[in-house]
Amino acid sequence: MSEGPAIEFENVSYRHPGGPRVLVDFCCAIARGETLALVGRSGTGKTTILRLINRLLLPDAGRVIVEGRSTLDWDPIRLRRHIGYVMQEVGLFPHMSIGRNVAVVPQLEDWSTDRIRARTDEVLNLVGLDPETYRDRFPHELSGGQRQRVGVARALAVDPPILLMDEPFGALDPLTRAEMHREFHRIQSQVQKTIVCVTHDMGEAVALGTRLGVLAQGRLAALAAPAEIADSKDPEVQVFLDALPHLVNTGRS
Amino acid sequence: MRLIEFWLNNRLEFLDAILRHLALVVAAVGVAAAVGVPLGVLAHRRPRLGGPIIGIANVVQTIPSLAMFGFLIPIPLIGGIGARAALIVLFLYALLPIMRTTVSGLKSIEPPVREAGVAMGMTGWQLLKLVELPLARPSIIAGLRVATVVGVGTATIAAAIGAGGLGEYIFRGVASVDSTVILAGAIPAAVMALLADFTLGWMERRASVRRSGDHGILFRRLAIVAVAGLILLTGLLLWPDRDEGRIVIGSKNFTEQVILGELLAQLIERETSLSVERRLNLGDTLVCETAMRAGDLDLYVEYTGTALTAIFKQAVILDSEEVNRRVSSSYASTGRTMLEPLGFNNTYVILIRREDARRLKISTISHLTKFAPKMVAGFGAAFLDREDGYQGLINAYGLRFAEPPRAMDLSLTYRALAEKQVDVIAGDATNGLIAKLDLVALEDDRRYFPPYMAVPVIRTETLNRQPELRRVISILSGAIDDSQMQRMNYEADVERKEPREIVSSFLARHPELNRERHLN
Repeated sequence: MSEGPAIEFENVSYRHPGGPRVLVDFCCAIARGETLALVGRSGTGKTTILRLINRLLLPDAGRVIVEGRSTLDWDPIRLRRHIGYVMQEVGLFPHMSIGRNVAVVPQLEDWSTDRIRARTDEVLNLVGLDPETYRDRFPHELSGGQRQRVGVARALAVDPPILLMDEPFGALDPLTRAEMHREFHRIQSQVQKTIVCVTHDMGEAVALGTRLGVLAQGRLAALAAPAEIADSKDPEVQVFLDALPHLVNTGRS
Repeated sequence: MRLIEFWLNNRLEFLDAILRHLALVVAAVGVAAAVGVPLGVLAHRRPRLGGPIIGIANVVQTIPSLAMFGFLIPIPLIGGIGARAALIVLFLYALLPIMRTTVSGLKSIEPPVREAGVAMGMTGWQLLKLVELPLARPSIIAGLRVATVVGVGTATIAAAIGAGGLGEYIFRGVASVDSTVILAGAIPAAVMALLADFTLGWMERRASVRRSGDHGILFRRLAIVAVAGLILLTGLLLWPDRDEGRIVIGSKNFTEQVILGELLAQLIERETSLSVERRLNLGDTLVCETAMRAGDLDLYVEYTGTALTAIFKQAVILDSEEVNRRVSSSYASTGRTMLEPLGFNNTYVILIRREDARRLKISTISHLTKFAPKMVAGFGAAFLDREDGYQGLINAYGLRFAEPPRAMDLSLTYRALAEKQVDVIAGDATNGLIAKLDLVALEDDRRYFPPYMAVPVIRTETLNRQPELRRVISILSGAIDDSQMQRMNYEADVERKEPREIVSSFLARHPELNRERHLN
């Protein structure tokens, strides 16, 4: 495949049916292998951006391009199996064991039983869950942090090149969240995905992203490496920085 | 205990009734599930379509079951009498709870779970199969549970249209005022409902334990077996009965009719090689008439006066010969053949308690007019409706009662009279309960009631196909007089004998009805 951006938004506008406009002429290019962390207040269209990428939504205007092709030209099923999706609520299937939850997409892709088994164990190990212990448990038997790990494992099961994360660690307590951030870096160093992660927490964005985007009024108010984001003159960026000064100063090691 | 004795004495028939009942319910609920779950899914995915679907099912649910059975009798293909119509009704009743619980089960799935499925690249079908249906399963099973329990109850009413099952005992028991027979049907039906409730409740709890593990294969095999069994069961119940060598004999839902139906059946079984299907205890005149017109019934015994006024809507005539002539030609022009009268005249009689008759010195209906304003009357619905019934009676005699007559089931009027809930009823002249309950028939001194000669009526098509039936049935021509009929009714209603037994001993008592004698 060509060396263009993994994902590109070209003048994308989107309005919720019968609701407010969330994206206006939105433009953004996401390079292969980078982790773009998008920060914004509630209702600034963070989740909408993710859903436009895996074609859960279609833009009203403009194009969303994934690996050189407009999402309109993708078969939605193929596109979605090509992209891992980690949600805030995790959305594990409560009637399936952890092993089966992780194995869903490989199964949809008709992998052999042996290959599914091996891959399930592999990704469970990757997210730090011992397969022997957890494979046959059910979601309700796990803690919130463990469930979130399963969510990541499930998204990685067929080794998709792109990973979308929607407030992935938002529901966790601060200590667990910090642990998950460290885990995130460890995993990303092993899998090297193109990751788009949205959050309302500047600290988390700084902790996870190789680049940071700040969303306001349906556009990108700023887009820069974490170290340079403070240079932005945009008032919205300042609001976020002001909210979390101590994290900007001390949050990164 | 009489009840246990009854079951033991009729164990084959009892077993058959239980199996039939069960088959009806299982087949109806099974088909309703096969239709209702997909409809529920559709209603959930397309709420605009789903609203009306659920609405229609709701309306259907509010129709009383007896009315629904009545509706269906004259409708070709799906209606008529017997298991087919019963299945349709039970199916319709089962549909709503299953659809409802499917929709509510699907609605209860948390949005992120469904969204996760879509985002993972599941197609609509995969989402349904892997996520939605498994999660809605406990709710769907709850719907099956309601549908089954309701179905067991409704199926008892299906006996009214000849579908058989445990309801047959209940109707027979009500008809002959025999609580043992009622209980013989009601108790197993109740037990069946409780068992279904318990079993499905257990399944529901098991399904809601969040676990699906790897018994998927076993489940699939069970499902295949269940579906195959269901198709087989439905097929057996729906298999068309139009077998050339078969004759379907019906009867209305009171003792005398059941006995006469049984008599015809035994005679035909004895004299021919035809296989006889008994659809006894069907319902009222209308049920038998529509069933016969629809071709579901070949033969039953009607009364000339009833045929004249209730079926052919003609004015009352008192001359017996004239009535016979008219009824016979009306039947002939509607594809039926009226055969020779059996002998007795089961006219209406006005009945009161013997103690009242003595105390007030009443022996004729004319005498009754004096006391009627202080009396309460109870009549069967048919008597209130028909031309030779209530309205004509009060006009002919100038009768007036204390209050408008109470409409009740014909077979319940006798008991109501004996228990002093009413003081006057209209009964059948040959009813065995008259003696049992110590009632008195008042003389029809103004000759208001037309003749009600019992006549076998057969579909002409059937008669042409099996001409020997004419000879066989004519064996009974003039063979039963009023007192013989009353005696047989008495044996059934008072001595609690089975119709089968009563008919056998009647035939044994009357050697002149034997074939050899007849052929000579």
